[in-house]
Amino acid sequence: MNASVKAISYYLPEKYITNKDLCSIFPDMEEADIFKKTGVKKRHITSDGVVGSDLAFFAAEKLFQEHSIDRTTIDFLIFCTEGLDYKGPATACTLQHRLSLPIHCGAIDLPFGCTGFTYCLSVAKALIESKQATNVLVLTSDIPSTVIHPDDADLRIIFGDAGAATLVAASEEGTTNVGNFSFGTDGSGAENLIVRRSGTRNAANADWFKEHEAVGGMKYGRMEMNALEIFTFALRVVPPMIEDILKKNNLEKNDIDLFVFHQANGFLLSVLRRKLKIEEDKFFTYMEEVGNTVSATIPIALYEAIKIGKAKKGDKILLAAFGIGYSWSGTVITL
Amino acid sequence: MDINDLIEKLSTEFEMNVQEKLTPATSFRGMKEWSSMHALIIIALVDAEYEVTITGNDLVQMNTVQDLYDLIMSRKK
Repeated sequence: MNASVKAISYYLPEKYITNKDLCSIFPDMEEADIFKKTGVKKRHITSDGVVGSDLAFFAAEKLFQEHSIDRTTIDFLIFCTEGLDYKGPATACTLQHRLSLPIHCGAIDLPFGCTGFTYCLSVAKALIESKQATNVLVLTSDIPSTVIHPDDADLRIIFGDAGAATLVAASEEGTTNVGNFSFGTDGSGAENLIVRRSGTRNAANADWFKEHEAVGGMKYGRMEMNALEIFTFALRVVPPMIEDILKKNNLEKNDIDLFVFHQANGFLLSVLRRKLKIEEDKFFTYMEEVGNTVSATIPIALYEAIKIGKAKKGDKILLAAFGIGYSWSGTVITL
Repeated sequence: MDINDLIEKLSTEFEMNVQEKLTPATSFRGMKEWSSMHALIIIALVDAEYEVTITGNDLVQMNTVQDLYDLIMSRKK
């Protein structure tokens, strides 16, 4: 039995912020520079009180509708986000109920960031190939805007909020599949991209809320990024990861029809593409309209690639994710 | 490689005009247009052209084009 990516949908909050909007907030910035630096023109922003699981819920409903999927066939739900609803219960449990999924459905949270989607795929594959599940609903949804300080221009120009829903299902061997994975972790880089005061270690306290009173308290924590270190980290780990993914799937670079990476930052992606000597035609990016949506970037890019015919049935697509952790992982899927 | 090779490549990547000609003594942070984007461009260029990894910390510690050249030479295999 193979696992394969059967269907994808995604949901964006209605509200969005353009480069022009950002330039009016930060007068030192220029629209063209923001685009050159990030590859982003627009990022969608959630409204107060609408959290990651809400975006995931809307994405899942869209998935069921767009692809005529019978929700009673779902037997496992994985919810991935860096913004869980509660410390308990698992947000996946609340989503099972909201989405009216069967009660015999397994449900887990997988709290992860940039590499969340590829990690979810690896878990879905393991569940399906070991015959523990047949239809795994993967929901990857993040709301980075809620942990970015309004004065932090460097983060505001990159990140956007979104939810994505992907159905990973059992299929006959020899047809479509999710291939073997390459994983990597280097926790020594944890401090270079971190959401401070967001959990039990150094939890937000009265002083923290007071310090951030003018901007609503930064009640979910505050994201901090050392962009230069993240940049060099990506240049260091991505090329050997790509080699490892190809090796683990017995493929050569030329066998790959399309490369879809975590949509971290447009400039970084163009540097990586050149370093890896991947033809522009085989390297798909989708950042202009959405920005970096953390765990939702890869399914959003895949959805758009399929929509415009860039990714077709039978294509081998190399997925590679990297970021907060440090963490990296990737695989090859055959559509 | 000599320092002029590095200057030529940096100038191309920075898209500088003739008036702002780089020299070995040019201080990066003293450049009128200096921004965090230039730091990313330097890291990417050095990585691609010279196969040398420089970090954000290296950039903080260096000042001029000559400093960058010396660092590349000291790390080049």
